Amino acid sequence: MMMNSRMYFTDNVFEREKLEQKPTRDGYGQGLVIAGEKNKNVVVLCADLTESTRSLAFKQKFPDRFVQLGVSEQSMAAIAAGMAMAGKIPFISSYAAFSPGRNWEQIRTNVALNNVNVKIAGAHAGVSVGPDGATHQAIEDMATMRVIPHMTVLAPCDMIETRKATIVAVAMNGPVYLRFARDKSPIFTTEKTPFTIGKAEIFNDGSDVAIIACGPLLHEALLAAHALGKKKIYVRVINNHTIKPLDEKTIIKAARECGAVVTVEEHQVLGGLGGAVAEVLAKHCPVPMEFVGVQDHFGESGEPRELLEAFHMTAPWIIKAVKKVLKRKAN
Amino acid sequence: MPVIHDDKVKKLEEIAVKVREDIIAMLLEAKSGHSAGPLGMADIFVAFYFHILHHVPKKPDWEDRDRLILSNGHICPVRYATMVEAGYYPRTWLKRLRKFGSPFQGHPERERCPGVETTSGPLGSGLSQAAGLAYAARMDGKTWRTYCLTSDAEHGCGIFWEAVMFAGRNKLSNLTVVVDRNNIEIDGFTEDIMPLEPLREKYEAFNWHVLDVNGHDIEAFVAAVEEAKSIYEKPTAIIAHTIPGRGVSFMENKFEWHGNPPNVEQAKQAMHDLRTLGGKIRSEHE
Repeated sequence: MMMNSRMYFTDNVFEREKLEQKPTRDGYGQGLVIAGEKNKNVVVLCADLTESTRSLAFKQKFPDRFVQLGVSEQSMAAIAAGMAMAGKIPFISSYAAFSPGRNWEQIRTNVALNNVNVKIAGAHAGVSVGPDGATHQAIEDMATMRVIPHMTVLAPCDMIETRKATIVAVAMNGPVYLRFARDKSPIFTTEKTPFTIGKAEIFNDGSDVAIIACGPLLHEALLAAHALGKKKIYVRVINNHTIKPLDEKTIIKAARECGAVVTVEEHQVLGGLGGAVAEVLAKHCPVPMEFVGVQDHFGESGEPRELLEAFHMTAPWIIKAVKKVLKRKAN
Repeated sequence: MPVIHDDKVKKLEEIAVKVREDIIAMLLEAKSGHSAGPLGMADIFVAFYFHILHHVPKKPDWEDRDRLILSNGHICPVRYATMVEAGYYPRTWLKRLRKFGSPFQGHPERERCPGVETTSGPLGSGLSQAAGLAYAARMDGKTWRTYCLTSDAEHGCGIFWEAVMFAGRNKLSNLTVVVDRNNIEIDGFTEDIMPLEPLREKYEAFNWHVLDVNGHDIEAFVAAVEEAKSIYEKPTAIIAHTIPGRGVSFMENKFEWHGNPPNVEQAKQAMHDLRTLGGKIRSEHE
């Protein structure tokens, strides 16, 4: 096991029980306040989900820069576009199932085609929303956002990285989609861990197989790599937090050097991270691939871990996918 | 004191005839596009660009300009033609409506055509953007105003009423919407397809100030905008009653002309109608 020391992880990365756990949405809430302090043009729009999207801290700190819209996600996107045209940097906050779920056309036309500086924050992304069930589990959002020109798509891996992503989204000009989750998940990166939009980071070195992952499941990928390492299967684990623009160089290099790739995402396997990686590799370096994610069905009610298990997205299932792809590589 | 001098009204009416001629010429050249809506809104566009708006045609991104958002993007020929007359763009661009690489796209695009403020076409979302602009302007203490021109039929969109609620609740008195009440949409008359009436009462119920005006009476329209500026703590909706296809006899009030351009013969007849003011005067062109 070759953890990349330049990534400055927390201690005990492989002991899930020992790691502090917090929801990635907390990182969004903290990031908003920091971004708001740095830049007075940052405003936050919310469609009746102030507390659960963690926009509350910003509202309390900057009441004049917080806009409550009520349940109206479509106008939220378009109003934000208008505010951006007047020089504001609006974040629109809701559950990803509704925004960008319900307001895709407004995001396409008013935000992206206009190329204005609106940041879309999709909370409660993935199945780990849990008991609320399929209606509230956004597992199509990366696909529907990455297909839009001008859009940057981010899926950070833990609370700390989500905070960074929120702050750097303000530093770049243009539309950004940022997805994060409801449930708590392990914090394994630190303030010093590098984070640059468009740059995938190698979290673990290895050249038998590459796992390319995004979001909190990245930790499951590391656990899988750790277990496989004990059996002398050396896995390269890549934190691909930016789904668009994709770090093609790092991905092609990984495919070339490892000869097999597994993608891991809490999202449909159609059109998300796996689809994006497959598009690049089919063109530049076709290698056997396996796709860990939701296999073209909807979610349902259940506890977050229970659902990740049931939909085959936890470390043991990632290990199975690795073994399967290694068999194909050998043939 | 009148809000606009008689002589100026006459001048604007003449420009509006020119704009209508440009619209016919553009559509003939483009071989596709919308006829009725642009002709119906020519008087109002001329009133905006030649009297109402604070703007600098040679500096379309001037920070303190009034913002004019066109929500129903498909009537853009009237915007392009009026802005050409006002000096924003060279006349040669009129020939390039809907052509490959043209700044004058089939539906207006902010990134390709400086001055159009926003990209529009998919109906219903202009008022939200206008409300966002007005809200941001107020946050920053700016005095420029935001105007939003909309069709009547796009009031069928849910997002439209989200924006009506938002603007009413936030008392956006620096926002004025102008409804092109021409009663037609692609499939027929609005009141047959999905009735909008009572439209005035709907806006009033959402805490808006509402004015009805003849959309071809420039003096009355300018007065309505002046009244809108004087209203405190409410946005204003000006319901402008217009005749779709205005000025071209065979297009007036015909929903069939919503989305079609004239052919050569029809364009000739249209030019005759416009230049003779419907046969009332002799045209020097004939």
